[in-house]
Amino acid sequence: MTDVAKRADTVTLTIDGVEVQAEKGELVIRVAERMGIAIPRFCDHPLLAPAGACRQCLVEVEGQRKPVASCTQTVAEGMVVKTQLSSPVAAKAQAGVMELLLINHPLDCPTCDKGGECPLQNQAMSTGRADSRFHEQKREYEKPIHISSQVLLDRERCVLCQRCTRFSEEIAGDKFIDLMDRSSGEQINVYRDDFFGGEGTGDGQVGEGAGDVPFNSYFSGNTVQICPVGALTGEQYRFRARPFDLVSSPTTCEHCAAGCSMRADHRRGKVLRRLAGDDPAVNEEWNCDKGRWGFRYATATDRITAPLVRDPRTGQLREASWSEALVAAAEGLRTARQRGVGVLTGGRLTVEDAYAYAKFARVVLGTNDIDFRARPVRASGSPAEITEEADFLAAAVAGISDLTYADVESAPSALIVGLEPEEECPILFLRLRKAARRGTLAVTAVAPYLSRGFEKLAAALVPAVPGDEARLLGTDPAVAAALSAPGSVLLVGERLATVPGGLSAAAALAARTGARLAWVPRRAGDRGALDTGCLPNLLPGGRPVSDPSARAELSIAWAVETGTLPSKPGRDVDQIIAAAAGGALGGLLVGAVDPGDLADPALAEQALDAVPFLVSLELRKSAVTERADVVLPVAPAVEKAGTYMDWEGRLRSFETVLRDSTAMTDGRVLEAIAALLEVSLNTGDVRSVRRELGAMPASSARPEPPAVAAGAVAEPGEHAAVLATWHQLLDLGTLLDGDEVLAGTARPPVVRIGKELAGQLRVTDGDPVTARTGRGSVTLPAAITDLPRQVVWLPTNSPGSAVRRDLGVTAGAVVRLSAGLPGPILAEGADR
Amino acid sequence: MNTLTGSFKGFGVTFAHMFRKVVTTDYPFSPPKPAPRYHGRHILNRHPDGLEKCIGCELCAWACPADAIYVEGGDNTDEQRFSPGERYAKIYQINYTRCIFCGLCIEACPTRSLTMSNEYELARDSRQDLIFTKKELLAPLLPGMEQPPHPMRLGETDKDYYIGALTNPGTSAGAERAPWSDQGTHDASDPADHASRPETAGPVRKEGAA
Repeated sequence: MTDVAKRADTVTLTIDGVEVQAEKGELVIRVAERMGIAIPRFCDHPLLAPAGACRQCLVEVEGQRKPVASCTQTVAEGMVVKTQLSSPVAAKAQAGVMELLLINHPLDCPTCDKGGECPLQNQAMSTGRADSRFHEQKREYEKPIHISSQVLLDRERCVLCQRCTRFSEEIAGDKFIDLMDRSSGEQINVYRDDFFGGEGTGDGQVGEGAGDVPFNSYFSGNTVQICPVGALTGEQYRFRARPFDLVSSPTTCEHCAAGCSMRADHRRGKVLRRLAGDDPAVNEEWNCDKGRWGFRYATATDRITAPLVRDPRTGQLREASWSEALVAAAEGLRTARQRGVGVLTGGRLTVEDAYAYAKFARVVLGTNDIDFRARPVRASGSPAEITEEADFLAAAVAGISDLTYADVESAPSALIVGLEPEEECPILFLRLRKAARRGTLAVTAVAPYLSRGFEKLAAALVPAVPGDEARLLGTDPAVAAALSAPGSVLLVGERLATVPGGLSAAAALAARTGARLAWVPRRAGDRGALDTGCLPNLLPGGRPVSDPSARAELSIAWAVETGTLPSKPGRDVDQIIAAAAGGALGGLLVGAVDPGDLADPALAEQALDAVPFLVSLELRKSAVTERADVVLPVAPAVEKAGTYMDWEGRLRSFETVLRDSTAMTDGRVLEAIAALLEVSLNTGDVRSVRRELGAMPASSARPEPPAVAAGAVAEPGEHAAVLATWHQLLDLGTLLDGDEVLAGTARPPVVRIGKELAGQLRVTDGDPVTARTGRGSVTLPAAITDLPRQVVWLPTNSPGSAVRRDLGVTAGAVVRLSAGLPGPILAEGADR
Repeated sequence: MNTLTGSFKGFGVTFAHMFRKVVTTDYPFSPPKPAPRYHGRHILNRHPDGLEKCIGCELCAWACPADAIYVEGGDNTDEQRFSPGERYAKIYQINYTRCIFCGLCIEACPTRSLTMSNEYELARDSRQDLIFTKKELLAPLLPGMEQPPHPMRLGETDKDYYIGALTNPGTSAGAERAPWSDQGTHDASDPADHASRPETAGPVRKEGAA
């Protein structure tokens, strides 16, 4: 049936004398491409709307007076197309266009970063003339100008194809960069005061004039990648290498749960740049700047290269051999496990490594005290709330991959709660925007305000005071209406865990409306850690700890005696920290956790100090390693093979990029410790782990979702507000260390307050506002935003605003506000 | 033929050689002079003000069939300028254990920065020493030249350095030959020279040093 329909939609045309069938509306250039006929082009990009800007793809079409641009010409029945291969007219037209394009091109290929991989270079060779007839002065512009701290623009090289401006408008929605001026002075630029007769600094750099708007888009790196000449280049890769120096390895991004396919280009054991890989099912051809440019943490100077052991005599960490450190770790854990050892894994692990931790905890340490959630996991509330998120994950997420990017794209409507897609899962944001822009997807956001990301999605807002989301999901008519269409999706962020009853309400809402639900965590390893059992109530494969048959299945798979696996659900991250701080734990095994990410960093550090034995598996020196008794260095993502599981539950496997590295995976290190404790863990090789995970039977048991009642919203008094907070994409995260130019494109941290609060505090945009709790204070410039009454928003971990460390609270808590900087008098007044 | 005439014939050959031109050279006391276009070790030339001609484009490395050249580019800034224009070679290495002296790198060089001298005494006692870096390869500073980094002295922009440069021998005169290649226009006893190239001062030899 579809075949018949398809046939009705096809046309027959001839290209270079070959008859070919094509779908109606298809572009001639695409049909030719399918036939293996390469027509030169610059502006054409399959994911961008046709523009016909560069005119390089001219072909002859019979019956047309002049050659036509094949990138904008749609096919028609009986069309006869002749490309440069069969038509002298087309060939001459293309050569002419090339000559015109090269008139003002500086031909500085030896200094240009694009040299060697440049479509203009290649096509000038294939379709251009050997010499130019133009002997006059070329147009000159100032050599590269920084249009953001990360992106450089060299207007002399530009051929005005508008790929960058079309990307920014159509895909990212950030109209920072555009065509400006007219005629021979037409150029790509960002808005600069001096350019428009305003007061600039005159040295051509952006950001120095008062009204300059730099190209601070989270997706600006894609314009560098798709620029067909060297007009847009990245600061970080500038002059570092040539394409023939580089070895390109496919890999997966280790930052967020989007699971982007990437290409890492490396030279002499060092990654020099990363590009978006081409995966139509996931990231299409895009990625975000964090994934593209945030990779220097792996070569930071504080990388730990050798094991460290705390010397009993001096009390200081000293370098030790692997065998000494492993014995120290094994003997310490042997003693500590009698009183219990907690395992905190963080969200940066590959599936294989997370599985190793989960297995290590159960088989070697005999505990279920393992948690991957390095973040606030609940509002401090009633006992029912304690296990709410874990129960929700067990019931609705673990082991399920129901919703994909394609489903989100084809959905009629999406409800987003506890998630700011642009900041927390940028590629999901691009997919949502693609559908929203096409007009097929209606986005509804349950959030305190319409952020820039939501505005770009043209989202409808259900304004929510933090803590009130559960009630809204349960009762708000707009929420129910948003999910009424069949095929609607409900996207839930990890932040909803801190709303009492929020996840229960989301599960209930999905069940009630039939909407498909997806849980979108923030880190690349979160979903994998969940599915491999790094949770106190779940075993690998989403098996409930409390289910005897699930434990029996696993006992067989792991070849351990039935009944030896711990049956009682363990402690979650907050309880592990509290137990350690209270002296109830014999030891902690910590992999890649930054205490600053936890709900209470001060308590976490106290726990790390208090715990008798602390083993840290880390990449770089951190607050954990400096307190650890044994530090074992592990490999960063580029130096190991592994798999990330993205938010869809899709496995994103990758191989080692830097093969010369001798760094070991977490799984390999844990296997070595286990061997010293007479257990064969068999997690040293990713292939064997993959085999073991693949051979595991599917879990049949699935618990019921939690049913926690919605909590009450905090009631702030005068000069106080309920805190809303989430992470910005580019912030102070440890994986962004050392990328100063990237940090330069981050959104400036502000404190967002509503009009009413601003009136109370007598502040206007840009005035400093201080948010304070008993722990400390955060002062940022105010941005007056359309927020609900008595809500204040702060970035969670941006410069000047480490909410968890400085305020010791999370979203939903009440903070006191005052205008100006935190002075002693103000602080006193507020404490009264 | 009898044996007697045979022996005389043999001695005749030996005897005749006594009157021929001697092919033995008195190396190392008077090293032979290679042809002017002999492919010897490389020189990285300078502009007349001392700025490096090399722009770190890596075309030499690209052209090299023996993979003997390693280059990493760097960014010139107004404070730290090594060459005219935006880019310079932060790292430049030629590995003489690999180099086959074919000269393709010279042909590839777009700024005529890389040329070859006539020096052929390249024996070293370790492989490491055969990797020549910018320190060894850069031409010595001639009078009027200034050790980079320094601002452009010969013009406002890099174009002033390049337009007409290839037809103007003055910009590379003196730098194309190394003083130690015996044919240099430069006095090898110049102390400034030794200061800038201490590690290659060894093979410097004057005409008829024997």
